[in-house]
Amino acid sequence: MNRKQAILNVLKKSSLPDTPLPDLQGLGVCYEDPERQFAEALKGVGGHFFRVRDLNALNRELKGLKVYQNAQKIVSLIPGVGEPNVNLDLVEDPHDLKDLDVAILKGEFAVAENGAVWVTDRQLRHRVICFIPQHLILVVDAHQLVHNMHQAYERLTFTEPGYGVFISGPSKTADIEQALVIGAHGPRSSTVCFIG
Amino acid sequence: MSHPDKAAQFIRDEAKAHWHDRALWYVRAKRDRVAQGVPEWETLREIAAQIKAHTLSKLPDYLEMFEGNAKRLGAQVHWASNAAEHNEIVYGILKSHGVRRLVKSKSMLTEECHLNPFLEARGLEVVDTDLGERIVQLAKEPPSHIVLPAIHKRKEEIGELFHRHLHTEQGASDPAYLTEAARGHLRGKFLKADAGLTGVNFAIAETGGLVVCTNEGNADMGTSLPPLHIACMGFEKLIPRAQDLGVFLRLLARSATGQPITTYTSHFHGPRAGGELHIVIVDNGRSQILQREEFRRALFCIRCGACMNTCPVFRRSGGHSYESTVPGPIGSILSPARDPRKYWSLPHASSLCGSCTDVCPVKIDLHHQLLAWRKELARLRLLPLSKRMAMNIGGWVLRYTWAYEWSGRLARWAIPKLPRVILYGRWNVWGRQRELPPFPKESFREMYKQKVGSRR
Amino acid sequence: MIKVGLFIPCYVDQLYPQVGMATLKVLEKFKVDVDYPLAQTCCGQPMANAGCTAEAAPLAEKFYRIFKDYPYVVCPSGSCTSMVRNHYEEYLKGRPGFEELKKKTFELCEFLTEVLKVEKIEGHFPYKIGLHQSCHGLRELRLANSSERMIPPFNKIKPLLASLEGISFAELSRPDECCGFGGTFAISEEAISCMMGKDRIADHENAGTEVLTGVDMSCLMHLEGLLRRAGKSIRVMHIAEILQGVL
Repeated sequence: MNRKQAILNVLKKSSLPDTPLPDLQGLGVCYEDPERQFAEALKGVGGHFFRVRDLNALNRELKGLKVYQNAQKIVSLIPGVGEPNVNLDLVEDPHDLKDLDVAILKGEFAVAENGAVWVTDRQLRHRVICFIPQHLILVVDAHQLVHNMHQAYERLTFTEPGYGVFISGPSKTADIEQALVIGAHGPRSSTVCFIG
Repeated sequence: MSHPDKAAQFIRDEAKAHWHDRALWYVRAKRDRVAQGVPEWETLREIAAQIKAHTLSKLPDYLEMFEGNAKRLGAQVHWASNAAEHNEIVYGILKSHGVRRLVKSKSMLTEECHLNPFLEARGLEVVDTDLGERIVQLAKEPPSHIVLPAIHKRKEEIGELFHRHLHTEQGASDPAYLTEAARGHLRGKFLKADAGLTGVNFAIAETGGLVVCTNEGNADMGTSLPPLHIACMGFEKLIPRAQDLGVFLRLLARSATGQPITTYTSHFHGPRAGGELHIVIVDNGRSQILQREEFRRALFCIRCGACMNTCPVFRRSGGHSYESTVPGPIGSILSPARDPRKYWSLPHASSLCGSCTDVCPVKIDLHHQLLAWRKELARLRLLPLSKRMAMNIGGWVLRYTWAYEWSGRLARWAIPKLPRVILYGRWNVWGRQRELPPFPKESFREMYKQKVGSRR
Repeated sequence: MIKVGLFIPCYVDQLYPQVGMATLKVLEKFKVDVDYPLAQTCCGQPMANAGCTAEAAPLAEKFYRIFKDYPYVVCPSGSCTSMVRNHYEEYLKGRPGFEELKKKTFELCEFLTEVLKVEKIEGHFPYKIGLHQSCHGLRELRLANSSERMIPPFNKIKPLLASLEGISFAELSRPDECCGFGGTFAISEEAISCMMGKDRIADHENAGTEVLTGVDMSCLMHLEGLLRRAGKSIRVMHIAEILQGVL
C-alpha cells in the first residue's frame, strides 16, 4: 500500500461530526471613499500612492519620482509609460535582472481594505520582475478597485496554471528588535498609480 | 530540563526578560489596534473556525481533490507519513535534480522534521532566507517564535553575529544597517540557488493551489529564480475554496503582526513555465491528534503566533524554555501529543488565564486543551511525584469535613508559632519572594457558627 | 425573601475569614436569607487543575449533594464559581438538578448585578481603586469584556464600585493581564509567577492604585504576598470587604 493510501486510511478512521461549510455572504466592509481607504492603507504599510487621469500625466509624475530619476535600468511593461531601457522579453535568464532599478508593471486590480494590488504572471516572461528590482511601480486602472478581500476573491478564478500575488507596499522586516526596516529582500519602495 | 527550570534561567537576566516581555506585548497591542478596525472580527473568527472544522471532517475527500487539481496543473504531489519520509522525499527530489544549494523560506514543518541538518549532512548548502530564520541559523539556535524567530536576540547580539559571518562593522547594531547587509548577502544566495523550498500557509482543495505569505519577498525570490520549487505542508493547511482565503487572509497578518495583510501573498497554481513544482503533504502525528476529540481543534492552527504574543508566561520565559519546535500555548498542546514524556511540563507552564483562547483567530480552545493535557499526563502517570502526593493527600483531606476542619485548625495553630527562619526555609517555595498569608485564629466557619449560635 | 446557599472557597474559609463574613453581611444587607452549609469543604479545583480528576470527582459529588437544593448558590470567587459552572460536566453530567445547579451558581458581583439587580451602592470610598480582573472571572464567567475580544465593553463588577462616592479607578497599562497565581502554578513555576505578580504591581503603582481589589482572593493573596515582602503600602481588599465597609 502506498504512502498516500496509508495516510488516507488513517484519516478515514477518525469519524468527525458533520460540520457544514459556512456561507461567506455579507462579509467584508464597504467604504464610502474606497480610493481614499486604499491610499491610506498603502501609506500605512510604507507604500506611495498617486492618481492621474491619463498616460501623459502618468509620465510627468514618473519623471518627478526620485527613484525613477536615479534609475539606470528600467523595465516597463505598460506601453507608452516610462522610458524603459530593458526589454523583459529579450531577457533569457531571470538572473540577469539582478541589477534592475525600476520595474513598471500592470496591476490587475486593487483592494481598498489593505492597499494590496493583484499582479499576475500572465504577461510576464519572468515573474521575478515583481521582486528583484530595487523599486516597484504598479499601475492600476482606477475603476478596477474592490472594497475588500471577499470581493477580490469573487473576481478571481484559478482554473489555469499560473501565478498571482497580492502586493501591499514595499518589502520589509521587523526581525531585528521589532524595528521596522523597509526594503528587505524585495523592492525597497512600492508605488501604486491609479489611472483613469 | 523542564520548562520551569529553563524559565527560571531566562528570568535570571531580569532586564532581558522584561525587554522580551515588552517586545511581545507590543506585538499583541498592534494586533488589538488593527483588529478593532475590523467590525466583524469576532464573526470572522467564528467562520474561520467553522471552515476548519468542516475541512477536518472531510479531510480525505479534500486531500484527494487537492491532489487531483494540483496534478492537473502540472505539480507533482508526494505523501509523507512522518518526518523521516518527508526528509527522504525532499532529499530525493533535490538529489535527482543535482541541487547543491537550496534556499528556504519559513516552514515550521521543516523545522519539525529537522530537515536542515538532514540535508547538510548529505552535503547540501541550506540557507534560511527569512531574516529572523537566517539570524538563528547563523547563531546555530532554533527559532524561539514561529513568526518572529529572533525575537529573543538584542540588536547588539545580531550585530556581533553579522560582524562574524557577514563582515559588517564591529559594534554596529542599527537594524537598518544590519538588514541592508543581510539583503546583499541573501540576494547573493537567491541568485546562486539551485532550488527553492517554501512552506505553505494555505492549500486550496478546489483549485490545487498553494498560498504563501511573506513580508520580505523571500519565498518569491527563492522560487522565481531557480527552476525547482518544493513546497512542504502539514495536511491541516488545506482549505476547501479560494473564497475561504478572504476569511483567513483577513485574520492571519492582523493576528500575527498587527498588519492588514503581509506584503506578499503569493498564489502558486502549478509550476512556472519550464520549471517544476513538488508538493510534499505530511502527516507526522497529525492524524493521531485528529482522532482525539479533545485535541483535534489544535489542527485548526494557522501558525499566526498570536497565542505566544499574548501569553504572559511565554513573554517572560522565551520560546527556548519550551524546547519544542512550536512553543507557547499551541506548542504546549502539539508537542506533548508527539512525546508526552519529553514535554510533560509544557501544559503546566500556564496559569490557564485564557488569553490565548480569546486571541486565537480560529478559536482553538487552547486553555481548555492545556487542562485536558494535564488530565492526560496524570493518567499516563507523568506528573512529578511531589505533585501526585500532594493531590492525593489534599484530595483525601478535603473529602472529609472533619479532616479538613482539623487540618485547618492545626495549620492555623502551628504556623504562626514557627520562627521565621524555619517557616521561610528552603522548603517554602511560596515564601521565596512572597509573604505567606496571615494565619488567623478563627476560620470563617468558626466565626459563622458563633454568629448563628449567638442569634438563637 | 431570596434564599441562598453560601459557598466559601476553602482558602477563604481558613485564611481570609473576614472575606467570608463580608460576603455574608453584604448579602444580608440586601435582604437575602443566607445559609452556610457547614459540610462544605472545597470545589476540587486544585486537583482538577493538576489533571487529577480522580481526586476531584468526590469533591464535585460532595458539592452537588450539599448545594443542589438551594434556590441560589453564591460564592465570593470567580474561579470556584467557574469550576462549578464550566468544569463539573465530566463528574456530574446527567445527574438530576445538575443543569439547574450550574445556572443558579453565581459569583457575588454577578449575583448582585444580575439577580438582585443592584445598580447603585450608597456609600463613601474616597480611594483610588486598582481593579484586578481575575482571569477565570473574566474569561470563563465573562464578568467583563476581555481586552482580546472585539466586542462592546461591559462590566459586571465595576458599576458596583463606581457608584461609591469619592471612588476613582486607576488606569492600568495592561487592564487584564494575569497576576500569575494560577493555582499550583504559583509553586511549580515560581519564578514566572512572581515576575508576573511584580509586573502587575508595578502597573498598579504607576497608575496610582491605593487599594487593589478583585473578585478572587487567590489572586489577591499572591499579590499581597509580593507587596508585603517588598514593604509596599498598597492595601489589598476583596471586593466584598469594600462593599461591606460602605454598606
